[in-house]
Amino acid sequence: MSLHQFTGRLILLTSAQARLIPDIDTDQIFHNQHLHITEVDQMGRHALGNLEGWTHFPELVQDGDVVVAGANFGSGSSRQHAVDCFRALGVRLIIAESFGAIYKRNAINSGMSIIEFPQAGELVKTGKWEHLNPIHVDLDIGLVKMMDTDETFSIPQLSKVQRDIMAKGSLLNI
Amino acid sequence: MSGKTVIEKIFARHTREEVAPGKIVWIDLDVISARDFAGPNVVKNYRNHYKDTPVVDRDRVFFTFDLTVPPKTIQYANNQQICREFAHEQGIRVFDVDRGIGTHTMMEEGIALPGTIVVGTDSHMNILGAVNCFGQGMGDVDIAFGFRKGRTWFEVPRTKLIRVMGKPRVPINGKDLALWILGELKTDRVLGCAVEFVGETVEKLDLPGRITLLSMITEMGGIVGFIPFNNQTMEQILAMNGMGECPAEVRADPDATYDEEIVVDVSGIEAMVAAPPVPHNVCKVSELGDVKVDFGFIGSCTNGRLEDIEAAWKILKGRKIAPGTRLAVVPSTQRVYKAAMDRGMLNDLFDAGAIISNPGCGGCAQGHIGMTGRNEVMLSTGNRNFPGKQGDGFNYLTSPEVVAWSVLTGRLNAKEG
Repeated sequence: MSLHQFTGRLILLTSAQARLIPDIDTDQIFHNQHLHITEVDQMGRHALGNLEGWTHFPELVQDGDVVVAGANFGSGSSRQHAVDCFRALGVRLIIAESFGAIYKRNAINSGMSIIEFPQAGELVKTGKWEHLNPIHVDLDIGLVKMMDTDETFSIPQLSKVQRDIMAKGSLLNI
Repeated sequence: MSGKTVIEKIFARHTREEVAPGKIVWIDLDVISARDFAGPNVVKNYRNHYKDTPVVDRDRVFFTFDLTVPPKTIQYANNQQICREFAHEQGIRVFDVDRGIGTHTMMEEGIALPGTIVVGTDSHMNILGAVNCFGQGMGDVDIAFGFRKGRTWFEVPRTKLIRVMGKPRVPINGKDLALWILGELKTDRVLGCAVEFVGETVEKLDLPGRITLLSMITEMGGIVGFIPFNNQTMEQILAMNGMGECPAEVRADPDATYDEEIVVDVSGIEAMVAAPPVPHNVCKVSELGDVKVDFGFIGSCTNGRLEDIEAAWKILKGRKIAPGTRLAVVPSTQRVYKAAMDRGMLNDLFDAGAIISNPGCGGCAQGHIGMTGRNEVMLSTGNRNFPGKQGDGFNYLTSPEVVAWSVLTGRLNAKEG
Protein backbone atom coordinates (compact mmCIF):
# COMPACT_ATOMS: atom_id res chain seq x y z
CA MET A 1 0.00 0.00 0.00
CA SER A 2 1.33 3.44 -0.83
CA LEU A 3 2.17 6.03 1.76
CA HIS A 4 -1.00 7.80 0.72
CA GLN A 5 -3.38 4.90 1.31
CA PHE A 6 -4.28 3.72 4.75
CA THR A 7 -7.02 2.42 6.98
CA GLY A 8 -8.12 3.99 10.24
CA ARG A 9 -11.01 5.59 12.02
CA LEU A 10 -12.64 9.00 11.97
CA ILE A 11 -12.06 10.94 15.17
CA LEU A 12 -14.58 13.77 15.04
CA LEU A 13 -13.61 16.69 17.28
CA THR A 14 -17.14 17.71 18.13
CA SER A 15 -18.73 19.81 20.85
CA ALA A 16 -21.44 18.70 23.26
CA GLN A 17 -23.85 19.79 20.50
CA ALA A 18 -22.28 17.22 18.15
CA ARG A 19 -20.83 19.87 15.81
CA LEU A 20 -17.22 20.16 14.71
CA ILE A 21 -15.50 22.61 17.06
CA PRO A 22 -14.21 25.74 15.26
CA ASP A 23 -11.12 27.80 16.19
CA ILE A 24 -9.32 25.07 18.14
CA ASP A 25 -6.11 26.91 18.95
CA THR A 26 -2.61 25.64 19.59
CA ASP A 27 -2.92 26.13 23.36
CA GLN A 28 -5.88 23.75 23.33
CA ILE A 29 -3.99 21.30 21.13
CA PHE A 30 -0.69 21.46 23.00
CA HIS A 31 -0.67 23.69 26.04
CA ASN A 32 2.17 26.15 26.51
CA GLN A 33 3.09 24.57 29.85
CA HIS A 34 4.60 21.65 27.91
CA LEU A 35 6.61 23.66 25.42
CA HIS A 36 9.90 22.72 27.04
CA ILE A 37 9.54 19.25 25.50
CA THR A 38 11.74 18.69 22.46
CA GLU A 39 11.30 14.91 21.91
CA VAL A 40 8.45 14.21 19.49
CA ASP A 41 7.57 10.86 21.10
CA GLN A 42 6.97 12.64 24.42
CA MET A 43 4.51 15.08 22.88
CA GLY A 44 1.66 12.65 22.18
CA ARG A 45 0.42 12.39 25.74
CA HIS A 46 -0.36 16.12 25.83
CA ALA A 47 -2.33 16.18 22.57
CA LEU A 48 -5.63 18.05 23.03
CA GLY A 49 -4.86 18.18 26.75
CA ASN A 50 -6.51 21.59 27.05
CA LEU A 51 -9.55 21.02 24.84
CA GLU A 52 -12.68 20.64 26.90
CA GLY A 53 -14.19 17.19 26.49
CA TRP A 54 -11.17 15.80 24.64
CA THR A 55 -8.48 15.31 27.24
CA HIS A 56 -8.84 11.52 26.81
CA PHE A 57 -7.71 11.83 23.18
CA PRO A 58 -4.25 10.25 23.65
CA GLU A 59 -5.87 7.08 25.05
CA LEU A 60 -8.56 7.04 22.38
CA VAL A 61 -6.47 7.47 19.28
CA GLN A 62 -4.96 4.59 17.32
CA ASP A 63 -2.40 4.31 14.58
CA GLY A 64 -3.91 5.36 11.23
CA ASP A 65 -6.72 7.47 12.68
CA VAL A 66 -7.99 10.57 10.91
CA VAL A 67 -8.74 13.64 13.02
CA VAL A 68 -11.60 15.83 11.76
CA ALA A 69 -12.02 19.39 13.03
CA GLY A 70 -13.94 22.58 12.30
CA ALA A 71 -12.80 25.88 10.81
CA ASN A 72 -9.50 27.61 11.61
CA PHE A 73 -7.97 24.53 13.22
CA GLY A 74 -4.58 25.26 14.78
CA SER A 75 -4.97 29.01 15.04
CA GLY A 76 -2.75 30.77 17.53
CA SER A 77 0.91 30.16 18.11
CA SER A 78 3.60 28.86 15.75
CA ARG A 79 4.51 25.84 17.88
CA GLN A 80 5.42 22.76 15.86
CA HIS A 81 4.43 20.67 18.90
CA ALA A 82 0.79 21.14 17.91
CA VAL A 83 1.48 19.12 14.76
CA ASP A 84 4.09 16.77 16.21
CA CYS A 85 1.83 15.61 19.07
CA PHE A 86 -0.50 14.06 16.46
CA ARG A 87 2.39 12.52 14.54
CA ALA A 88 3.61 11.00 17.81
CA LEU A 89 0.26 9.24 18.25
CA GLY A 90 0.17 7.81 14.73
CA VAL A 91 -2.52 10.15 13.38
CA ARG A 92 -2.25 9.84 9.59
CA LEU A 93 -4.38 12.71 8.42
CA ILE A 94 -6.06 15.83 9.76
CA ILE A 95 -9.12 17.04 7.92
CA ALA A 96 -10.49 20.46 8.89
CA GLU A 97 -12.95 22.90 7.38
CA SER A 98 -9.97 25.28 7.31
CA PHE A 99 -6.59 25.63 9.02
CA GLY A 100 -4.70 28.43 10.71
CA ALA A 101 -2.04 29.64 8.26
CA ILE A 102 1.03 28.81 10.34
CA TYR A 103 -0.38 25.44 11.37
CA LYS A 104 -0.84 24.57 7.71
CA ARG A 105 2.82 25.33 6.98
CA ASN A 106 4.02 23.41 10.01
CA ALA A 107 2.01 20.34 9.08
CA ILE A 108 3.11 20.38 5.45
CA ASN A 109 6.76 20.94 6.36
CA SER A 110 6.88 17.99 8.71
CA GLY A 111 5.19 15.71 6.20
CA MET A 112 1.91 15.44 8.11
CA SER A 113 -1.04 15.02 5.76
CA ILE A 114 -3.69 17.69 6.09
CA ILE A 115 -6.68 18.38 3.90
CA GLU A 116 -8.87 21.46 3.88
CA PHE A 117 -12.41 20.21 3.39
CA PRO A 118 -15.11 22.84 4.00
CA GLN A 119 -17.88 20.21 3.62
CA ALA A 120 -16.71 18.22 6.66
CA GLY A 121 -19.07 20.06 9.01
CA GLU A 122 -22.09 19.20 6.88
CA LEU A 123 -21.16 15.51 6.69
CA VAL A 124 -20.91 15.41 10.47
CA LYS A 125 -24.12 17.36 10.98
CA THR A 126 -26.10 15.05 8.69
CA GLY A 127 -24.62 11.95 10.31
CA LYS A 128 -22.86 10.75 7.16
CA TRP A 129 -19.60 10.80 9.09
CA GLU A 130 -19.77 9.40 12.59
CA HIS A 131 -17.23 9.31 15.35
CA LEU A 132 -15.01 6.21 15.21
CA ASN A 133 -16.34 5.07 11.81
CA PRO A 134 -13.71 2.81 10.24
CA ILE A 135 -12.53 4.25 6.93
CA HIS A 136 -10.11 3.66 4.10
CA VAL A 137 -8.36 6.73 2.75
CA ASP A 138 -6.69 7.19 -0.63
CA LEU A 139 -4.95 10.56 -0.70
CA ASP A 140 -3.70 10.03 -4.28
CA ILE A 141 -7.19 10.20 -5.69
CA GLY A 142 -8.77 12.12 -2.78
CA LEU A 143 -11.19 9.50 -1.50
CA VAL A 144 -12.59 8.47 1.88
CA LYS A 145 -14.43 5.13 1.89
CA MET A 146 -16.59 4.05 4.81
CA MET A 147 -15.63 0.45 5.58
CA ASP A 148 -19.07 -0.45 6.97
CA THR A 149 -21.20 0.77 4.09
CA ASP A 150 -18.73 1.16 1.18
CA GLU A 151 -20.07 4.70 0.74
CA THR A 152 -17.36 6.96 -0.68
CA PHE A 153 -16.66 10.68 -0.31
CA SER A 154 -14.39 12.83 -2.45
CA ILE A 155 -11.96 15.02 -0.59
CA PRO A 156 -9.47 17.49 -2.09
CA GLN A 157 -6.14 16.06 -3.21
CA LEU A 158 -2.80 16.97 -1.71
CA SER A 159 -1.13 20.00 -3.24
CA LYS A 160 2.12 19.67 -5.19
CA VAL A 161 4.20 21.17 -2.40
CA GLN A 162 2.61 18.71 0.04
CA ARG A 163 3.41 15.76 -2.19
CA ASP A 164 6.96 16.97 -2.79
CA ILE A 165 7.67 17.36 0.91
CA MET A 166 5.90 14.12 1.89
CA ALA A 167 7.97 12.24 -0.65
CA LYS A 168 11.09 13.45 1.17
CA GLY A 169 9.56 12.99 4.62
CA SER A 170 10.21 16.57 5.71
CA LEU A 171 11.14 19.99 4.37
CA LEU A 172 14.50 19.42 6.04
CA ASN A 173 15.33 16.70 3.52
CA ILE A 174 14.89 19.04 0.57
CA MET B 1 -0.41 43.48 -16.55
CA SER B 2 -2.24 44.67 -13.49
CA GLY B 3 -0.60 46.24 -10.47
CA LYS B 4 0.53 44.46 -7.36
CA THR B 5 -0.37 44.63 -3.69
CA VAL B 6 2.20 45.33 -0.96
CA ILE B 7 2.84 41.68 -0.15
CA GLU B 8 3.13 40.78 -3.84
CA LYS B 9 5.70 43.55 -4.34
CA ILE B 10 7.72 42.49 -1.29
CA PHE B 11 7.66 38.89 -2.52
CA ALA B 12 8.69 39.96 -6.02
CA ARG B 13 11.82 41.56 -4.56
CA HIS B 14 12.78 38.24 -2.96
CA THR B 15 12.28 35.76 -5.78
CA ARG B 16 12.97 35.39 -9.46
CA GLU B 17 9.74 33.49 -9.95
CA GLU B 18 6.58 35.19 -11.07
CA VAL B 19 4.47 36.25 -8.09
CA ALA B 20 0.73 35.71 -8.25
CA PRO B 21 -1.83 35.02 -5.53
CA GLY B 22 -2.19 31.31 -4.79
CA LYS B 23 1.07 30.40 -6.48
CA ILE B 24 3.82 28.61 -4.54
CA VAL B 25 7.12 30.46 -4.85
CA TRP B 26 10.55 30.09 -3.25
CA ILE B 27 11.48 33.22 -1.36
CA ASP B 28 14.81 34.48 -0.05
CA LEU B 29 14.60 35.45 3.61
CA ASP B 30 16.34 38.53 5.00
CA VAL B 31 16.26 37.39 8.61
CA ILE B 32 15.67 33.97 10.18
CA SER B 33 15.24 33.97 13.95
CA ALA B 34 14.14 31.69 16.76
CA ARG B 35 13.14 32.38 20.33
CA ASP B 36 13.44 30.41 23.53
CA PHE B 37 10.24 28.44 22.81
CA ALA B 38 10.99 26.35 19.70
CA GLY B 39 14.61 27.55 19.60
CA PRO B 40 15.95 24.27 21.07
CA ASN B 41 13.74 22.32 18.66
CA VAL B 42 15.22 24.34 15.80
CA VAL B 43 18.70 23.44 17.04
CA LYS B 44 17.75 19.77 17.32
CA ASN B 45 16.37 19.72 13.77
CA TYR B 46 19.41 21.58 12.52
CA ARG B 47 21.91 19.22 14.14
CA ASN B 48 19.98 16.13 13.00
CA HIS B 49 19.85 17.23 9.39
CA TYR B 50 22.76 19.57 8.80
CA LYS B 51 25.27 18.41 11.46
CA ASP B 52 27.87 21.13 12.00
CA THR B 53 27.57 22.90 8.65
CA PRO B 54 27.40 26.69 9.03
CA VAL B 55 24.14 28.62 8.96
CA VAL B 56 23.36 30.49 5.76
CA ASP B 57 24.64 33.83 7.01
CA ARG B 58 25.84 34.74 10.51
CA ASP B 59 24.30 38.20 10.31
CA ARG B 60 20.87 37.06 9.19
CA VAL B 61 20.37 34.26 11.72
CA PHE B 62 19.95 34.78 15.48
CA PHE B 63 18.02 33.98 18.63
CA THR B 64 15.76 36.24 20.70
CA PHE B 65 14.82 35.07 24.19
CA ASP B 66 11.60 36.67 25.33
CA LEU B 67 9.23 34.11 26.80
CA THR B 68 10.62 32.69 30.02
CA VAL B 69 13.08 35.43 30.81
CA PRO B 70 15.03 34.77 32.91
CA PRO B 71 14.14 31.07 32.83
CA LYS B 72 11.98 29.93 35.72
CA THR B 73 12.59 26.20 35.46
CA ILE B 74 15.65 24.05 34.86
CA GLN B 75 14.09 22.79 31.62
CA TYR B 76 13.74 26.29 30.21
CA ALA B 77 17.22 27.19 31.42
CA ASN B 78 18.62 24.13 29.65
CA ASN B 79 16.66 24.94 26.50
CA GLN B 80 18.08 28.46 26.39
CA GLN B 81 21.53 27.05 26.99
CA ILE B 82 21.11 24.71 24.00
CA CYS B 83 20.47 27.81 21.87
CA ARG B 84 23.40 29.73 23.37
CA GLU B 85 25.81 26.86 22.75
CA PHE B 86 24.63 26.53 19.17
CA ALA B 87 24.96 30.30 18.71
CA HIS B 88 28.47 30.19 20.08
CA GLU B 89 29.51 27.35 17.76
CA GLN B 90 27.98 29.08 14.78
CA GLY B 91 29.11 32.59 15.69
CA ILE B 92 25.58 34.01 15.60
CA ARG B 93 23.92 36.52 17.91
CA VAL B 94 21.70 35.94 20.90
CA PHE B 95 19.43 38.74 22.07
CA ASP B 96 19.41 37.30 25.56
CA VAL B 97 16.92 37.20 28.44
CA ASP B 98 17.50 40.84 29.35
CA ARG B 99 16.45 42.25 25.98
CA GLY B 100 12.70 41.85 25.79
CA ILE B 101 10.35 40.91 22.97
CA GLY B 102 12.21 39.81 19.85
CA THR B 103 10.03 41.51 17.25
CA HIS B 104 10.23 44.82 19.12
CA THR B 105 13.99 44.48 19.51
CA MET B 106 14.24 43.84 15.78
CA MET B 107 12.38 47.07 15.05
CA GLU B 108 14.50 49.01 17.53
CA GLU B 109 17.74 47.58 16.17
CA GLY B 110 16.87 48.42 12.59
CA ILE B 111 16.86 44.72 11.66
CA ALA B 112 13.23 44.73 10.53
CA LEU B 113 13.07 47.36 7.79
CA PRO B 114 10.56 48.38 5.12
CA GLY B 115 10.37 45.92 2.26
CA THR B 116 12.22 43.11 4.06
CA ILE B 117 11.13 39.59 5.00
CA VAL B 118 11.74 38.45 8.56
CA VAL B 119 10.71 35.07 9.93
CA GLY B 120 10.82 33.64 13.43
CA THR B 121 9.15 31.23 15.82
CA ASP B 122 6.68 33.87 17.01
CA SER B 123 3.13 33.84 15.69
CA HIS B 124 3.01 37.62 16.10
CA MET B 125 5.98 38.24 13.80
CA ASN B 126 3.44 40.00 11.59
CA ILE B 127 3.51 43.06 13.86
CA LEU B 128 6.52 43.94 11.73
CA GLY B 129 3.96 44.97 9.14
CA ALA B 130 3.88 48.22 11.15
CA VAL B 131 7.31 49.05 9.68
CA ASN B 132 6.27 47.70 6.26
CA CYS B 133 8.21 44.47 6.79
CA PHE B 134 6.72 41.07 6.04
CA GLY B 135 7.04 39.18 9.32
CA GLN B 136 5.96 35.54 9.37
CA GLY B 137 5.72 33.19 12.32
CA MET B 138 6.87 29.65 11.65
CA GLY B 139 7.45 26.35 13.37
CA ASP B 140 10.79 24.80 14.15
CA VAL B 141 11.07 22.73 10.95
CA ASP B 142 10.58 25.79 8.78
CA ILE B 143 13.06 27.83 10.80
CA ALA B 144 15.73 25.11 10.89
CA PHE B 145 15.46 24.93 7.10
CA GLY B 146 15.73 28.72 6.91
CA PHE B 147 18.78 28.77 9.19
CA ARG B 148 20.59 26.55 6.70
CA LYS B 149 19.15 27.60 3.35
CA GLY B 150 18.08 31.21 3.87
CA ARG B 151 14.92 30.61 1.90
CA THR B 152 11.60 28.81 2.05
CA TRP B 153 8.42 28.23 0.09
CA PHE B 154 5.38 30.41 0.37
CA GLU B 155 1.97 30.31 -1.13
CA VAL B 156 1.53 33.92 -2.21
CA PRO B 157 -1.42 35.07 -0.13
CA ARG B 158 -4.42 36.79 -1.61
CA THR B 159 -4.78 40.37 -0.38
CA LYS B 160 -7.93 41.81 1.17
CA LEU B 161 -8.41 45.57 1.18
CA ILE B 162 -10.08 46.77 4.37
CA ARG B 163 -11.62 50.18 3.92
CA VAL B 164 -12.09 51.68 7.36
CA MET B 165 -14.95 54.18 7.12
CA GLY B 166 -16.58 56.57 9.55
CA LYS B 167 -15.20 58.61 12.40
CA PRO B 168 -15.37 57.43 16.00
CA ARG B 169 -17.47 59.82 18.08
CA VAL B 170 -15.24 59.44 21.15
CA PRO B 171 -11.44 59.35 21.51
CA ILE B 172 -10.16 55.84 20.87
CA ASN B 173 -6.83 54.05 20.86
CA GLY B 174 -5.18 51.42 18.68
CA LYS B 175 -6.54 48.56 20.79
CA ASP B 176 -10.13 49.77 20.52
CA LEU B 177 -9.69 49.86 16.77
CA ALA B 178 -7.98 46.45 16.67
CA LEU B 179 -10.73 44.82 18.73
CA TRP B 180 -13.52 46.50 16.79
CA ILE B 181 -12.09 45.33 13.47
CA LEU B 182 -11.47 41.84 14.89
CA GLY B 183 -15.07 41.75 16.05
CA GLU B 184 -16.18 42.61 12.51
CA LEU B 185 -13.85 40.30 10.61
CA LYS B 186 -13.82 37.43 13.15
CA THR B 187 -11.51 34.60 12.11
CA ASP B 188 -12.88 33.75 8.71
CA ARG B 189 -12.97 36.91 6.56
CA VAL B 190 -9.21 37.28 6.09
CA LEU B 191 -8.07 33.74 6.99
CA GLY B 192 -4.79 32.98 5.24
CA CYS B 193 -4.76 36.39 3.51
CA ALA B 194 -2.63 39.51 3.57
CA VAL B 195 -4.51 42.62 4.57
CA GLU B 196 -4.15 46.27 3.60
CA PHE B 197 -6.00 48.86 5.66
CA VAL B 198 -6.97 52.23 4.25
CA GLY B 199 -9.07 55.08 5.62
CA GLU B 200 -8.50 58.12 7.76
CA THR B 201 -8.96 56.59 11.21
CA VAL B 202 -6.50 53.79 10.55
CA GLU B 203 -3.96 55.81 8.57
CA LYS B 204 -3.84 58.37 11.36
CA LEU B 205 -2.49 55.78 13.83
CA ASP B 206 0.97 56.43 15.25
CA LEU B 207 3.59 53.66 15.16
CA PRO B 208 2.61 52.05 18.51
CA GLY B 209 -1.05 52.11 17.44
CA ARG B 210 -0.08 50.40 14.19
CA ILE B 211 1.84 47.76 16.10
CA THR B 212 -1.24 47.12 18.24
CA LEU B 213 -3.63 46.77 15.32
CA LEU B 214 -1.30 44.76 13.09
CA SER B 215 -0.31 42.37 15.87
CA MET B 216 -3.91 41.21 16.01
CA ILE B 217 -3.95 40.18 12.34
CA THR B 218 -2.94 36.83 13.82
CA GLU B 219 -6.19 36.66 15.80
CA MET B 220 -8.08 37.53 12.61
CA GLY B 221 -6.44 34.51 10.98
CA GLY B 222 -4.56 36.74 8.53
CA ILE B 223 -0.95 36.46 7.38
CA VAL B 224 0.21 40.07 7.68
CA GLY B 225 -1.27 43.54 7.55
CA PHE B 226 -0.06 46.85 6.20
CA ILE B 227 -1.19 50.44 6.64
CA PRO B 228 0.15 53.10 4.22
CA PHE B 229 2.63 55.33 6.04
CA ASN B 230 1.44 58.79 7.00
CA ASN B 231 3.86 61.71 7.03
CA GLN B 232 5.04 60.85 10.55
CA THR B 233 5.42 57.08 10.28
CA MET B 234 8.91 57.06 8.77
CA GLU B 235 10.06 59.65 11.30
CA GLN B 236 8.73 57.46 14.11
CA ILE B 237 10.49 54.42 12.66
CA LEU B 238 13.79 56.31 12.45
CA ALA B 239 13.30 57.57 16.00
CA MET B 240 12.76 53.99 17.10
CA ASN B 241 15.71 52.43 15.31
CA GLY B 242 18.06 55.38 15.58
CA MET B 243 19.09 55.12 11.95
CA GLY B 244 19.75 58.12 9.76
CA GLU B 245 17.72 56.66 6.95
CA CYS B 246 15.65 53.65 6.03
CA PRO B 247 14.64 51.94 2.82
CA ALA B 248 11.46 53.48 1.42
CA GLU B 249 8.04 52.05 2.13
CA VAL B 250 6.72 49.51 -0.36
CA ARG B 251 3.31 50.80 -1.42
CA ALA B 252 0.62 48.99 -3.36
CA ASP B 253 0.31 49.90 -7.03
CA PRO B 254 -2.67 52.19 -7.68
CA ASP B 255 -4.11 49.52 -9.97
CA ALA B 256 -3.39 46.60 -7.61
CA THR B 257 -5.91 43.79 -7.75
CA TYR B 258 -7.47 42.82 -4.43
CA ASP B 259 -9.18 39.57 -3.69
CA GLU B 260 -11.97 41.46 -1.98
CA GLU B 261 -12.70 44.87 -0.56
CA ILE B 262 -14.28 44.85 2.89
CA VAL B 263 -15.77 48.00 4.40
CA VAL B 264 -15.61 48.34 8.17
CA ASP B 265 -17.56 51.22 9.70
CA VAL B 266 -15.91 52.42 12.91
CA SER B 267 -18.25 55.26 13.76
CA GLY B 268 -19.83 53.28 16.61
CA ILE B 269 -16.53 52.43 18.23
CA GLU B 270 -15.80 53.21 21.89
CA ALA B 271 -13.72 51.55 24.61
CA MET B 272 -13.65 47.88 23.58
CA VAL B 273 -13.02 44.57 25.27
CA ALA B 274 -12.77 40.93 24.14
CA ALA B 275 -14.48 38.64 26.63
CA PRO B 276 -13.50 34.98 27.06
CA PRO B 277 -13.15 32.50 25.51
CA VAL B 278 -11.84 33.82 22.15
CA PRO B 279 -10.29 37.12 21.01
CA HIS B 280 -13.04 37.81 18.47
CA ASN B 281 -15.70 37.72 21.20
CA VAL B 282 -15.64 41.51 21.17
CA CYS B 283 -18.01 44.02 22.74
CA LYS B 284 -18.07 47.55 24.15
CA VAL B 285 -16.96 47.88 27.74
CA SER B 286 -20.24 49.70 28.36
CA GLU B 287 -22.23 46.67 27.20
CA LEU B 288 -20.63 44.16 29.49
CA GLY B 289 -22.19 45.02 32.84
CA ASP B 290 -20.40 44.53 36.13
CA VAL B 291 -17.19 42.50 35.87
CA LYS B 292 -14.95 42.06 38.88
CA VAL B 293 -11.25 42.41 38.03
CA ASP B 294 -8.59 40.64 40.09
CA PHE B 295 -5.52 41.12 37.97
CA GLY B 296 -4.46 43.66 35.38
CA PHE B 297 -1.65 43.12 32.89
CA ILE B 298 -0.15 45.93 30.83
CA GLY B 299 2.41 44.80 28.29
CA SER B 300 2.88 42.24 25.46
CA CYS B 301 3.90 42.67 21.82
CA THR B 302 0.48 44.21 21.26
CA ASN B 303 0.58 46.90 23.96
CA GLY B 304 4.06 46.99 25.48
CA ARG B 305 5.43 50.21 23.99
CA LEU B 306 6.36 53.27 26.03
CA GLU B 307 3.22 55.05 24.79
CA ASP B 308 1.10 52.19 26.18
CA ILE B 309 2.74 52.40 29.57
CA GLU B 310 2.42 56.16 29.44
CA ALA B 311 -1.33 55.93 28.77
CA ALA B 312 -1.78 53.84 31.92
CA TRP B 313 0.64 56.02 33.90
CA LYS B 314 -1.37 59.14 33.16
CA ILE B 315 -4.38 57.48 34.78
CA LEU B 316 -2.63 55.79 37.69
CA LYS B 317 -0.15 58.49 38.69
CA GLY B 318 -0.85 59.69 42.23
CA ARG B 319 -3.54 57.05 42.79
CA LYS B 320 -3.73 53.59 44.33
CA ILE B 321 -5.13 50.47 42.76
CA ALA B 322 -8.04 48.90 44.64
CA PRO B 323 -7.18 46.70 47.64
CA GLY B 324 -7.10 43.05 46.65
CA THR B 325 -6.48 43.92 43.00
CA ARG B 326 -3.11 43.30 41.38
CA LEU B 327 -1.48 45.03 38.42
CA ALA B 328 1.57 43.90 36.47
CA VAL B 329 3.43 46.16 34.07
CA VAL B 330 5.88 44.57 31.63
CA PRO B 331 7.73 46.82 29.16
CA SER B 332 8.25 45.22 25.76
CA THR B 333 11.97 45.88 25.59
CA GLN B 334 14.96 46.97 27.59
CA ARG B 335 14.85 50.32 25.81
CA VAL B 336 11.21 50.89 26.71
CA TYR B 337 11.96 49.84 30.28
CA LYS B 338 14.78 52.35 30.55
CA ALA B 339 12.75 55.17 29.03
CA ALA B 340 9.81 54.50 31.36
CA MET B 341 12.24 54.45 34.27
CA ASP B 342 14.04 57.64 33.23
CA ARG B 343 10.74 59.47 32.93
CA GLY B 344 9.64 58.44 36.40
CA MET B 345 6.69 56.43 35.10
CA LEU B 346 7.78 53.19 36.73
CA ASN B 347 8.23 54.95 40.04
CA ASP B 348 4.69 56.34 39.90
CA LEU B 349 3.27 53.00 38.78
CA PHE B 350 5.11 51.31 41.64
CA ASP B 351 3.60 53.80 44.07
CA ALA B 352 0.16 53.09 42.60
CA GLY B 353 0.68 49.45 43.55
CA ALA B 354 1.97 47.89 40.34
CA ILE B 355 4.29 44.91 40.09
CA ILE B 356 6.93 45.96 37.56
CA SER B 357 8.87 43.30 35.77
CA ASN B 358 11.80 43.09 33.42
CA PRO B 359 10.97 43.27 29.70
CA GLY B 360 9.58 40.30 27.83
CA CYS B 361 6.34 38.63 26.84
CA GLY B 362 5.14 38.83 30.43
CA GLY B 363 1.57 37.75 30.95
CA CYS B 364 1.08 36.11 27.56
CA ALA B 365 3.54 33.28 27.57
CA GLN B 366 2.93 31.30 30.72
CA GLY B 367 6.09 33.14 31.58
CA HIS B 368 7.04 35.08 34.61
CA ILE B 369 4.35 37.56 35.54
CA GLY B 370 1.77 35.23 36.96
CA MET B 371 -1.35 33.34 36.00
CA THR B 372 -4.94 33.40 37.20
CA GLY B 373 -6.40 30.89 39.61
CA ARG B 374 -9.88 29.41 39.25
CA ASN B 375 -12.60 32.04 38.74
CA GLU B 376 -10.13 34.90 38.87
CA VAL B 377 -10.46 37.57 36.21
CA MET B 378 -7.46 38.93 34.35
CA LEU B 379 -7.79 42.09 32.31
CA SER B 380 -4.95 41.97 29.81
CA THR B 381 -3.58 44.21 27.10
CA GLY B 382 -2.38 41.07 25.29
CA ASN B 383 -3.87 39.49 22.23
CA ARG B 384 -5.24 36.08 23.25
CA ASN B 385 -7.77 34.98 25.84
CA PHE B 386 -8.14 31.31 24.98
CA PRO B 387 -9.13 29.05 27.86
CA GLY B 388 -6.18 28.08 30.02
CA LYS B 389 -3.70 30.29 28.21
CA GLN B 390 -3.07 32.59 31.16
CA GLY B 391 -4.30 30.40 33.95
CA ASP B 392 -7.46 28.73 35.14
CA GLY B 393 -9.44 31.95 35.35
CA PHE B 394 -11.07 34.26 32.81
CA ASN B 395 -9.11 36.55 30.57
CA TYR B 396 -10.45 39.74 28.98
CA LEU B 397 -8.47 41.69 26.39
CA THR B 398 -8.52 45.47 26.33
CA SER B 399 -6.43 48.64 26.13
CA PRO B 400 -3.94 49.97 28.71
CA GLU B 401 -6.39 52.76 29.52
CA VAL B 402 -9.21 50.38 30.39
CA VAL B 403 -6.87 48.20 32.47
CA ALA B 404 -5.72 51.30 34.37
CA TRP B 405 -9.23 52.57 35.09
CA SER B 406 -10.39 49.11 36.07
CA VAL B 407 -7.66 48.27 38.57
CA LEU B 408 -8.46 51.50 40.43
CA THR B 409 -11.87 50.14 41.38
CA GLY B 410 -11.43 46.40 40.86
CA ARG B 411 -14.30 46.53 38.35
CA LEU B 412 -14.19 46.66 34.55
CA ASN B 413 -14.40 50.32 33.70
CA ALA B 414 -13.51 52.48 30.72
CA LYS B 415 -13.42 55.74 32.61
CA GLU B 416 -13.09 57.26 36.03
CA GLY B 417 -15.28 55.39 38.13
